[in-house]
Amino acid sequence: MNKMMMATAAFALALGIGAASAAADKLKACWVYTGPIGDFGYSFQHDQGRKAVEKEFGDKVETKYLENVAEGPDAERAIERLARDGCKIIFTTSFGFMDATIKVAKKFPKVHFEHATGYKRAKNVATYNARFYEGRYVMGEIAGKMSKTGTAGYIVSFPIPEVIMGINSFMLGAQSVNPNFKIKIVWVNSWYDPGKEADAAKVLFGQGADIIVQHTDSTAPLQVAQDQGKLGFGQSSDMIKFAPKAQLTANTDNWNPYYISRVKAELDGVWKSDDTWGGMKEGMVVLSPFTNVPDDVKKMAEDSVAKIKSGELHPFTGPITKQDGSTVGEAGKSLPDEELLGMAYYVKGIDDKLPQ
Amino acid sequence: MSELLAIVLTIITASTPLLLAAIGELVVERSGVLNLGVEGMMAIGAVCGFGAALASGSPYLGILAAMAAGAALSLLFAFLTVTLVSNQVATGLALTLLGLGLSGLIGESFVGQPGVKLERLHIPGLSDIPYLGPILFGQDLLVYAALAITAAVAYLLFRSKLGLVIRAVGDSHQSAHALGYGVIPVRYACVVFGGTCAGLAGGYLSLAYTPQWIENMTAGRGWIALALVVFGSWLPWRVALGAYLFGTVMILGFAVQTKGLGIPPQFLSSLPYLVTIIALVVISGNRALTRANTPACLGQPFVPDR
Repeated sequence: MNKMMMATAAFALALGIGAASAAADKLKACWVYTGPIGDFGYSFQHDQGRKAVEKEFGDKVETKYLENVAEGPDAERAIERLARDGCKIIFTTSFGFMDATIKVAKKFPKVHFEHATGYKRAKNVATYNARFYEGRYVMGEIAGKMSKTGTAGYIVSFPIPEVIMGINSFMLGAQSVNPNFKIKIVWVNSWYDPGKEADAAKVLFGQGADIIVQHTDSTAPLQVAQDQGKLGFGQSSDMIKFAPKAQLTANTDNWNPYYISRVKAELDGVWKSDDTWGGMKEGMVVLSPFTNVPDDVKKMAEDSVAKIKSGELHPFTGPITKQDGSTVGEAGKSLPDEELLGMAYYVKGIDDKLPQ
Repeated sequence: MSELLAIVLTIITASTPLLLAAIGELVVERSGVLNLGVEGMMAIGAVCGFGAALASGSPYLGILAAMAAGAALSLLFAFLTVTLVSNQVATGLALTLLGLGLSGLIGESFVGQPGVKLERLHIPGLSDIPYLGPILFGQDLLVYAALAITAAVAYLLFRSKLGLVIRAVGDSHQSAHALGYGVIPVRYACVVFGGTCAGLAGGYLSLAYTPQWIENMTAGRGWIALALVVFGSWLPWRVALGAYLFGTVMILGFAVQTKGLGIPPQFLSSLPYLVTIIALVVISGNRALTRANTPACLGQPFVPDR
């Protein structure tokens, strides 16, 4: 499987080289994706950002991308290729590209790198991420109101802080309207396997959940919800077309404003290494229209979004009670970002063990 | 719907594409050809099936298109490996890459479009019997087709003259050739049959399992099918057992996770592979029988002497 992916990436690389013969006075902005741009999820949304950059700057910018790049040594080769090809700013969009990005950045001090969702920076390496947990909190509130069984099924990929943060935020949101809310968690060990995601959704519905939440990338779980007359939330992209009667809202990634601002900085010669973690306020996390909900739930959700934007509401406001009963955070204050980024515990009320 | 019923129904849909792809590959390998391109043919089947169903509105036309697409790609493989006698392993891997890449290209405009779903059958009366009804009489057509194909392959391979010829070609192509059987036409037919089944398996993914198209949606199922053929020692019903066992353990793994037992999910994810391999190896304990069932000419090139 691994070999095959490498070969695919090599193929993608070969294609990339073919397209790399344009005017030299244009700024070359490049992207590296871990998935196919046709995933209608995570990589798709990043590519929408790339297209937005093309549209915004027109002739001034030339963009390029490599898709399906495997995390690991292959990524290093892919990123280096782009740097050699004359890319001036390179966005590496997956957590697993972190070390490769840092390594290549050392070899090309004049090229600017931007790594998504990581924490290692350098003079020419900036990092950026989105506060997806903000959207998940509001989803939790909606689920707390909408679920008849008081149980949501939650399909997840890998136990990394990003994902755990999402589960906790969802649960805190749900508990804020229904203190006895329950979630059932299934790890499918993949970001992207529609079949498995659909299977997990079917099993969870069979076990009494009536709302499905996912931290995996395909539209399959929502389709199952639609099929069985249950409810669910979209992930990364607005998936309403796949589940017009089931989607309550979707937690969408919007990288467009960030990419435009960073490419603009590069064009103006004022690019600096930075760490950006934007949420609803910055427009990086956007909840798609609230559908299939009664007016009062819609109003509640809209109010919460407004409060999160204004800073009045922070999903992780202390004290937060962990599963074992201990608490973190000061009363009335939000947890500091470093603590969120290293989150390795479930909050109280989640009736499951966190995989190590 | 009760929990158990949901689990059983999910197991059936999860196992069917594996069985469809594996039973086709079994016939290919019985004729002495190793086609590692199952994953690529599945992907092409999935995208073409999806596209045809979307354009025509009929999932059944989608199924036909999926089969035709898998067959077309396998015909290319047959031409390269059987006629031009290229290396089967390398050509098979290339076929996988080609299939995955080409399917992404064809499917670019299908991304983000809901597909046409192949509905489950509903036989009034029978499908409404509690529990047994939905399981036995309420599946989609391809679930029954997969089992019917398995039965047909089991019968034809071991109870008919045609099967005897196929196995002869796979076990000793020189002897079969000397006896006057057309090794090349037999292999062509078997490879195309395998491609048709792989295409059908892909179509099952994009029409019945998860009615949508996204790149790489086969997610390695072609490779699992290939492994099932070997571990099922090239016997149709064993391969079917392996496919269903794999699906069962995978789905049970999901069901167990929510019970809060603290079993690491990484372990549960690897369990289907472990259990299926161990079970099939144990069943195949009789070494002489296993050796007898292994096509002796598997992967070997055949050039007729002149």
